[in-house]
Amino acid sequence: MNIYDLIFYLFATITVLSALAVVSTKNIIYSAYNLMLTFFGVAGLYVLLGADFLAIVQLIVYVGGILILILFGVMLTNKVNGMPIHTEVTNIIPASITIGLFAGIVLAFFMNTNWKSVTTEFPATTIQSLGKLLMNEYILIFELLGVLLLIALIGAASIARKQ
Amino acid sequence: MMTIGLNHFLIVSGLLFCFGIFGMMTRKNAVMVLMGIELILNSANINFIAFAKYGNFGYHGQMIALFVIILAAAEAAIALAIVLNIYKNFATVNVDEVNNLKE
Repeated sequence: MNIYDLIFYLFATITVLSALAVVSTKNIIYSAYNLMLTFFGVAGLYVLLGADFLAIVQLIVYVGGILILILFGVMLTNKVNGMPIHTEVTNIIPASITIGLFAGIVLAFFMNTNWKSVTTEFPATTIQSLGKLLMNEYILIFELLGVLLLIALIGAASIARKQ
Repeated sequence: MMTIGLNHFLIVSGLLFCFGIFGMMTRKNAVMVLMGIELILNSANINFIAFAKYGNFGYHGQMIALFVIILAAAEAAIALAIVLNIYKNFATVNVDEVNNLKE
């Protein structure tokens, strides 16, 4: 067992345990903070997979953007008066049975399949290659995503504004 | 003990996917449903990047993962705007109580 394996198990444990905490605690604020831990763990897994730029983007966009938006959403949609912010739970037994069966099938499939594995060694920094790809092969998708972000900005502002 | 390979990353992403679906199915608060969706998108991203490393796809898997992150940001902004509007009209964000198109 070398250092790579140890770091993988560390980040995988952080990711899985905090994701379990996200969906098992009833306090929404605790869920949001556990979601932050999950995002950190996933960013660590990205680094282990040789995607350093993706890890930084994950931290900036998810932890810096989406998580803050979610916390805003929690605080603006609850009457905060010293009470802990709880969410109600429904369908717990059918959901547990379904998800247990589904997880069993998926995990057995992942473990028993003999994947043809060709390891690509990425260079220490992938930013240059990703940037060249973004400006050549993926230029159309890049432009379309720019337009999509503009539409999302305008749409969100016009949906949420006061009438 | 086998060395870390594609299987290990796929198992982590499968577990994340199952937790995300579970959160979406069992929680009534719309913000919690959104958190479940974020977990599912993250698990898909782990799959894309794991196959980019172990599946001989070069940089294309990382590219798609980048686009998924951008779409997730746009989706979160729109969804939270809708949630705020629902709260303004119904004074609740429990998704099972919001069953009218007009108040």
